[in-house]
Amino acid sequence: MIHFIIRRILIAIPTLLVISFIIFAILDLAPNDPTGNLPMTVPAEVREKIRESLGLGQPMHVRFGKWMVQFFVNEPLNILQEGFGITIGDAENRTRILSWATRSPVVDLIIQRTPQTLWVVGLSYLFGILIAIPIGIISAYKQYSWFDQVGTFITMVGFSIPTFFTGMVAIIIFSVQLRWFPMIYDTTLEINSWENFVLQVKQMFMPVAVLALYNASQLSRFMRASILDNLNLDYVRTARAKGRSEKVVLLIHVLRNSLIPVVTLIALGIPTIFSGAIITEQIFRVNGLGQLLIIAIEGADIPLVQTLTFLFAVLIVVFNLIADVIYGILDPRIRYD
Amino acid sequence: MKKTINILLSLAFALSLASTVEAKRGSDGQLNLLYWQAPSTMNPNLSGGTKELEAASVVLEPFARYDENGGLVPFLAEEIPTVANGGISKDLTTITWKIKKGIKWSDGSALTADDAVFTYGYCSNPDTGCTQANYWNDIKSVTAVNSTTVKVEFTVPKPFPYAPFVGYNAPILQKAQFDGCAGAKAQECTKQNFYPIGTGPFKVVDFKPNDVIVFEANPNYRDASKPAFSKLVFKGGGDAVSAARAVLETGEMDYAWNLQVEPEILVTMEKAGKGKVVSAFGTSVERLMVNFTNPDSSLGDDRSEYIGGNNNRNPHPFLSDYNVRRALSLAIDRQVLVDAGYGKAGKISCNVLPAPAIYASSANDECKTPNVAEANRLLDAAGWKRGSDGVRAKDGVRISILYQTSTNSVRQATQAFIKEMWKQIGVETELRNLSASVFFGGDIASPDTYQKFYTDIEMYTNNFSGTDPQTYMSNWTCKEMAQRSNKWGGGNMPRWCNPAYDALSAKLAVTSAMKARISLTKAMNDLLMQDYAMIPLIHRGSVSAHSNGISGVRMNPWDSELWNIADWARK
Repeated sequence: MIHFIIRRILIAIPTLLVISFIIFAILDLAPNDPTGNLPMTVPAEVREKIRESLGLGQPMHVRFGKWMVQFFVNEPLNILQEGFGITIGDAENRTRILSWATRSPVVDLIIQRTPQTLWVVGLSYLFGILIAIPIGIISAYKQYSWFDQVGTFITMVGFSIPTFFTGMVAIIIFSVQLRWFPMIYDTTLEINSWENFVLQVKQMFMPVAVLALYNASQLSRFMRASILDNLNLDYVRTARAKGRSEKVVLLIHVLRNSLIPVVTLIALGIPTIFSGAIITEQIFRVNGLGQLLIIAIEGADIPLVQTLTFLFAVLIVVFNLIADVIYGILDPRIRYD
Repeated sequence: MKKTINILLSLAFALSLASTVEAKRGSDGQLNLLYWQAPSTMNPNLSGGTKELEAASVVLEPFARYDENGGLVPFLAEEIPTVANGGISKDLTTITWKIKKGIKWSDGSALTADDAVFTYGYCSNPDTGCTQANYWNDIKSVTAVNSTTVKVEFTVPKPFPYAPFVGYNAPILQKAQFDGCAGAKAQECTKQNFYPIGTGPFKVVDFKPNDVIVFEANPNYRDASKPAFSKLVFKGGGDAVSAARAVLETGEMDYAWNLQVEPEILVTMEKAGKGKVVSAFGTSVERLMVNFTNPDSSLGDDRSEYIGGNNNRNPHPFLSDYNVRRALSLAIDRQVLVDAGYGKAGKISCNVLPAPAIYASSANDECKTPNVAEANRLLDAAGWKRGSDGVRAKDGVRISILYQTSTNSVRQATQAFIKEMWKQIGVETELRNLSASVFFGGDIASPDTYQKFYTDIEMYTNNFSGTDPQTYMSNWTCKEMAQRSNKWGGGNMPRWCNPAYDALSAKLAVTSAMKARISLTKAMNDLLMQDYAMIPLIHRGSVSAHSNGISGVRMNPWDSELWNIADWARK
């Protein structure tokens, strides 16, 4: 197992380097310009100077090399410095990755926005799982019952209607008509009193609910299919023949075996929490990573897009590895060595 | 009897005094602004657009601002310098500003002439990458005569010298704070760029880039009774429709900016009775640019290039015909375009320069009413005959137009309408739209920019800030033609070259009498319009909404919409 993990990590390094180069090349080739969104009143010479001040005058390999140094050396050193309050080497002249739109360090922007995404998207993922598993179990156990039919209908609706639509509907019903929840997420709210906590719950309700519906729909279908596969297997018949109660058969024998693919699926889905739910965050004005990415793309803020996309790539590679490891742990039949 | 009247009068006077004294700084609590594009910095000199200028305008102030009618109002200056009061030299090369007494930065230190001198140095340093650099053009020097007097010397006579230190594009930075930040270091001064110290009614307390800014009333603001709000929350992000909804329907927000929303949606929302939609018309005109040169791709490097001095030797196959251009303009029903796409945010325009009102010409009003019959007659008379497919042609040249613009639902609707209107006069149109960051991006390697103009017609909005049209109008002189030699850097997209126009432009640059300036500018506008170098469509306004509970909003197209936020109050 250890061998396997080490081997995978070693393979991951060149993979990520190639990914980072591909991202950089794609962004560089895209016909995009950071001064494209400036008002028309800004003349061409001024635009040229702005581009130069952003370092766009240099050839591509130089810029890529710079970014590599900044990302793999300077930024980790900076995190160490901030974390331990020490100075390492020539900290004064060490350049950090700066966003073109805000002219502030990209990593600081990401750190500032991660908590909101983890709370909103992470909670919706958690609730999605908590809802999906029981629904999947009951739907499968009582296949073609009215519960299964209704569940199938709701999950199909949740799965096929995009979140930007359900989000809008939720806003119109709960904010405009009923006035239960605010439609604008107040990112300055500090949870320092009971009242503010209630406000926080209120403003998180709609985005979390919309995303949880979507996540639950997806997962419950997998859960249902997985249980159905297992219910017909020989070991279930054996367990029943041994005289085990239905509860034990379903919740101990079947569930544990059917969870194996679902757990790996959940692990594989975790990177999507970090990349945020771009559209949902935009609709509810949650200042998360997804919104950061979409604003960066619109504004041609290449360093920010590059760094964010690369971080997502790292997360996907890492969680792929974790999913494989979990699979090995949960299912003793699978051995990598 | 007289005595009682006197007492009553003095009582009434005392009462009225009391009600004015009652207004106290911070007495109205929190004000919530919603900008659906979120500001990414608080430094207007490094900003990407209007949203940052607006946000910065509540903190940073210039010597003078424009009011809603385009008139200058002294803010940090004692008065507006003019030739009459000696503030502007007779040869029009220097302007001297006097700073109002007792102005303090929000940190308590005094505003001095050195701050203004520093601001010029900051933005004019080429390494800063200052986005507002064109407000500091033609300056020889900026010097501090004494601690409260600033002298700006120009290299050329400036009939309208109110660009530096005027309006929201060129406010004054605090020298003490930004001292180490000029030049290449400007990019790294994150703290300064996010938390600039200003003289305005508010100061920044918390800045979350691309999300929200929290301001508090500036304790050192020059008017002790203002601003009425103790806290200002400037929320950004989302989309225009929901921003309108938050003010007009749910009332969660007090003010929403730039509501580019389908007109009927705004009308429905306004009926909820919570807020009001307000609009202001600046200089923005949505127009069709007519290509006078041949954009045929077989010409290679010479496509859309103007070749030959005063005679266009690479003319457009059919748009070089005056009758075709005029017919295209006559066929358009502009009211339809306004109603469908703009509503309160648009008016018909027959001029490229419809504002300020003193410059608006009435010589081109023919375009206000469409006249398809006349357009058809013109084309028939000019020998453009309809073919079997209904498309007009002459000597083998078909009037088939490639018409490009940026991707935007209103623009695509406008394109579709115009295509139909042109069909009625036997003109075939192919539509094309490009992402705004590509179309307006100015990438020299891209063939799809509005500067390269490799199509027959293109549509976009242009405008100028401030109220003086001199620089703007010089965009259509011959030397401004966008082409290979200037890396497509010029402002003359039609490649329209007219020596008479150049002469007017040169004359305007040395004329200072207002009346003469107006008639010259009108003549220039009329030349452009009557030769159909551009076909103006819509005078575009900006639309915002404020809740009914807010008073003092004076929507301003010439400066920041928040220019008078110190006077806003809750009713």
